[in-house]
Amino acid sequence: MSARTYRYIGTRPIRHDGLDKVTGRANYGADFTLPGLLQGVVVRSPHAHARIVSIETQAAEAVPGVKAVITGKDIPETSARLALGAEGAFDLHDIGDNLMAHGKALYEGHAVAAVAATSIDAAREAAKLVRVVYEPLEPVMSIERAIAPDAPILHADMVTKGRPLPGTTGPTNIAGRMELKRGDVDQAFAGADVVVEREFRTSTVHQGYIEPHACVARSGEDGQILVWCSTQGGFIARDFCALILGIDAARIKVIPSEIGGGFGGKIPVYLEPVAIVLSHKAGRPVKMVMSRSEVFRASGPTSGTRIRMKLGAKRDGTIVAAQASLWYEAGAYRGSPSGAGAMCCLASYAIPNFFVEAHDVVVNKPKVAAYRAPGSPMATFATESLVDEVARAIGMDPIELRLKNAVAEGDHAPYGPVYGPIGLKQVLEAARAHPHWSAPLGPSQGRGVACGFWFNAGLSSSATVTLNGDGSAGVVTGNPDIGGTRVAQAMMVAEELGIPVERVRPSVADTDTAGYTDLTGGSRVCYATGMAVIRAAQDIAEQLRSRAATIWNVDRDRVAWEPGRPGRVIALDESPDGSVRPPLTIVELASKMAQTGGPIVGRAAVNAPMAGPGFAAHICDLDVDKETGRSTVARYTAIQDVGKAVHPSFVEGQMQGGAAQGIGWALNEEYIYDADGVMENAGFLDYRMPVASDLPMIDTVLVEVANPLHPYGVRGVGEVPIVPPLAAVANAMRDATGVRFTELPLSPSRVLEGLGTIAKG
Amino acid sequence: MLSIRYEAPRSIAEAIHLLASDPGAHVLAGGTDLLVQFRAGAKQPSAFIDVKRIPDLVGISLDTNGLRLGAATPAAAICEHAELGRLWPGLVEAVHLIGSAQIQGRGSVGGNLCNASPAADTTSALIADRAECVIAGPGGERVVPAERFCTGPGTTILRRDELLVAVVLPRPPARTADAYFRLIPRSEMDIAVAGAGASVTLDASGTCTAARVAVGAVAPTALLVDAAGQALIGTRLDEATLSLAAAAASAAARPISDKRGTAAYRRHVVGVLAKRAIVSAAARARER
Amino acid sequence: MRIQVETTLNGEPTTFLCEAHHSLLDVLRNGLGLTGTKEGCSTGDCGACSVLMDGRLVPACLVLAPEAQDRTVITIEGIATSEALHPLQQKFLEHAALQCGVCTPGFIVAAKALLDANPNPSETETRYWLAGNLCRCTGYDKIVRAVLDAAAEMSSGKAAAR
Repeated sequence: MSARTYRYIGTRPIRHDGLDKVTGRANYGADFTLPGLLQGVVVRSPHAHARIVSIETQAAEAVPGVKAVITGKDIPETSARLALGAEGAFDLHDIGDNLMAHGKALYEGHAVAAVAATSIDAAREAAKLVRVVYEPLEPVMSIERAIAPDAPILHADMVTKGRPLPGTTGPTNIAGRMELKRGDVDQAFAGADVVVEREFRTSTVHQGYIEPHACVARSGEDGQILVWCSTQGGFIARDFCALILGIDAARIKVIPSEIGGGFGGKIPVYLEPVAIVLSHKAGRPVKMVMSRSEVFRASGPTSGTRIRMKLGAKRDGTIVAAQASLWYEAGAYRGSPSGAGAMCCLASYAIPNFFVEAHDVVVNKPKVAAYRAPGSPMATFATESLVDEVARAIGMDPIELRLKNAVAEGDHAPYGPVYGPIGLKQVLEAARAHPHWSAPLGPSQGRGVACGFWFNAGLSSSATVTLNGDGSAGVVTGNPDIGGTRVAQAMMVAEELGIPVERVRPSVADTDTAGYTDLTGGSRVCYATGMAVIRAAQDIAEQLRSRAATIWNVDRDRVAWEPGRPGRVIALDESPDGSVRPPLTIVELASKMAQTGGPIVGRAAVNAPMAGPGFAAHICDLDVDKETGRSTVARYTAIQDVGKAVHPSFVEGQMQGGAAQGIGWALNEEYIYDADGVMENAGFLDYRMPVASDLPMIDTVLVEVANPLHPYGVRGVGEVPIVPPLAAVANAMRDATGVRFTELPLSPSRVLEGLGTIAKG
Repeated sequence: MLSIRYEAPRSIAEAIHLLASDPGAHVLAGGTDLLVQFRAGAKQPSAFIDVKRIPDLVGISLDTNGLRLGAATPAAAICEHAELGRLWPGLVEAVHLIGSAQIQGRGSVGGNLCNASPAADTTSALIADRAECVIAGPGGERVVPAERFCTGPGTTILRRDELLVAVVLPRPPARTADAYFRLIPRSEMDIAVAGAGASVTLDASGTCTAARVAVGAVAPTALLVDAAGQALIGTRLDEATLSLAAAAASAAARPISDKRGTAAYRRHVVGVLAKRAIVSAAARARER
Repeated sequence: MRIQVETTLNGEPTTFLCEAHHSLLDVLRNGLGLTGTKEGCSTGDCGACSVLMDGRLVPACLVLAPEAQDRTVITIEGIATSEALHPLQQKFLEHAALQCGVCTPGFIVAAKALLDANPNPSETETRYWLAGNLCRCTGYDKIVRAVLDAAAEMSSGKAAAR
């Protein structure tokens, strides 16, 4: 692709939705109300694993103000599936059973009933009066327990999907197993000069979005349903509701609110179908808002993992073999991102021989949901820790070692395809050249580096651009904007049509208004929806050519679009009288719309099966207090191939935010359960996400290796940055203490145990 | 349905009367513990008795004898008071560690004591500083040392019709200073895994003549560790002495393992913190 | 038992009815329609509901609504004037110091309280003051820069501080 000069792409305009957000006017999931609104509350299981013997609701129904009480009987059990892209699919049976248990409560916090009442106080009181008789069962809280021969089975009908372990017959807690292989692993290890092997563990962690799940649903007498909710995708929320409840998608209109963070966790539905059923039963609109405790206990964190991995290398640093066994907790239903972990963990390196097996294991914890590059951070923690060990074993600089083995264009990804233009080597070279890499360390400090990979997604998107009579424009898409995608879309329209960004109004529309668009996720919005926006804007330019042709009475082919400031059409030929026709700007043509054929609306729908993979390298300096085991991130630098940064501030923001989440994962975040499987830290006090004083400024380096699949070279940027931090932090801890830690989080107690200061407790 | 009263008495007597007449009434100071416990269903008050409109309970008065802190004075007011930070830097550090700026706008030293968390940051600092608690009841006032105020996790010596009205501290003698250290995994916002407060008095030659060390989050209540203080007296706080004091603090600990840390970790780290608090207090005392 | 409360909200005398156990946050959001103050946890741990009461930064979730009697309360809706954004609001926009934006009102109210008391905070002071405001999107970098830049601009007198 030729180096294009941009007018707007790469600049940093103020986001259009920013004013409403700094003044408190922006409406999020819990900010919506309707006349006659009822408040809904969910009754949740106190047991991690229990058979539901009976549910009595009469006492709850008798509370003054209560208008509806529902149980699992009111949510139909469906066998429907919802496709996502060409290969993915969501199992609606499990999502339906997850949002209201039918026979068994499968984790502490599992919904078993719900109440709608005229006030939240009445709803809460009634919820306490729903009498559920449970037969408690042994909770299965670890992979070890789940796969033990005498383990309680969560789902009597569960068989291993994919490639079951040999000898596996009958019901199991191993929901899935897959293998990836290349070459001859045994021979390659035998020929390696250095072999390093460790077992790694990571804890269940949560996305930690600040806005709890919230929705309002109104089921009308005519069967038409309105859902106003905080979601990562209006269409996916609509289709989940329709399929779970067995109703026509056309009867449901989802209006996505502003969304207060998602990171994958607001892809599933938890409240929306429940609110619809309550509204239907009560004949009034129902609002449901999770408490923070409910968010932790009953939304979708990501997997705790156990990973055994082995790397073999030659003395010159060539990694010749890798073997890994990945075990991921799925929570209560199948569907951990173990497969993605298997595909990602070796994706940064050209390794000729490998064998990776990945297991999806059900346990009595909440059903996991996507969390930013789902599956990759944990497996990459293992890989990048071992790469660090290889570097130490052969005495090679860890960046040099990575550069020596880094994948480049033309290499086969471990999961099959051949990489197109990718930027890992450029990223590593930028890391090596960064002043951080050569800066001196303090006496109690260590430095670590790690790489990360994420596929990024494409999928389907639509966009509409409308030209206004004054030459301004509107762009409408269906992707909830979590981090500045609206302004990016306006910038694309501005770029294509040559009108100022502030004269383009970007909107996120409801499911009746926008063309079908897949969810906000997979780092796909700027890339795939962006392509739709660009094409819709180009559609406008094409129409402007036609309008100018009409005005000039020439053939359309003799009119060209000239991007500029403003964009304009030029006549390729002189007029019949020999004069040069002055160009017509977009502003002039817009003002003549009515006379030249009516409204000018550009539309595009794209299906992007492929995306440009993303790579990053992070450098972390950790300051470790060896007397207390407490550590502090002293300096942090994130380097990433971002393809082309449309709005660099928001790209940097993705890198900084992903790094911060990864640092939290590495140092302090974990789900803590008691012996009965009850979560002990379901709040922000004891689920310790990084606070402002925990972090330094996070330096960013944007490497731009254009993605040929996108007109500007854009590639997804949102997910990769959470992948390297786990190992970057752990490698820095190794450097500071001389001890290799293989279990996260690196809490002060664990560090002192690792240092041998105290006994394991 | 919930039917809870809200009362905002203007005098101690009125508050005592309200407490005496309603066994379910709870005193509301900053609410940073009570309202969280109420929403979690752990406490079900029949009435909130908001004591922040009682002049005697809110305010800071400092005279030649010492300090009187109204029990409901918000932590932020204590942190903003320049003279307190000069006289009791350790206590102010402990107050400053209570939650966030927002929490400090609500939470109070009295509330921190009455909530009776073993991990309360201010309690260890108050004990080290020889603080006393002024308690009002139907029969008048009584005064108890801070180390005797809490009797276990969530329990205090307060009778149902009694109210903690103030905490009083004697002015530190010459060359006396305090310090408080705690261990939390993050830099802010956590509950102490362990904490230690120290007050050290030195003579002109730098020899320790008096010392108190108190530890928190390592037993059902914050503890005054006499052995640690005694180990310091008569010494010049050399490394061996500091290690003895640290060992005494660890030995006094009777910690549990919970979501915030293991017993072994707490026992170890409370010694580290005690030593750091002693060193910091002594350094301050030398400058006085 | 409904309680009538008279307070001053964003400069306006305001009367509302509430139950004793309702929080100021409940009343602001549900009774008075001021949804700019967000609910992230209701345990005082996230800062999303930060408001100023008698000039002091407090979490509205841990204030009982009846406590607002005779107090002055400032919410995010009361930070800008009809003529201009507060410099903090402007700097948050310029620095792209928000992604999802749900924590932003709380950060701006908390940062205002900081700058009211300390017009020239250091980066460290800013980070510790804002430790009670959780943001999961930004890693805090751009937020801290926006606050420091607003402080610098307000001190240099380029902007009319409120």
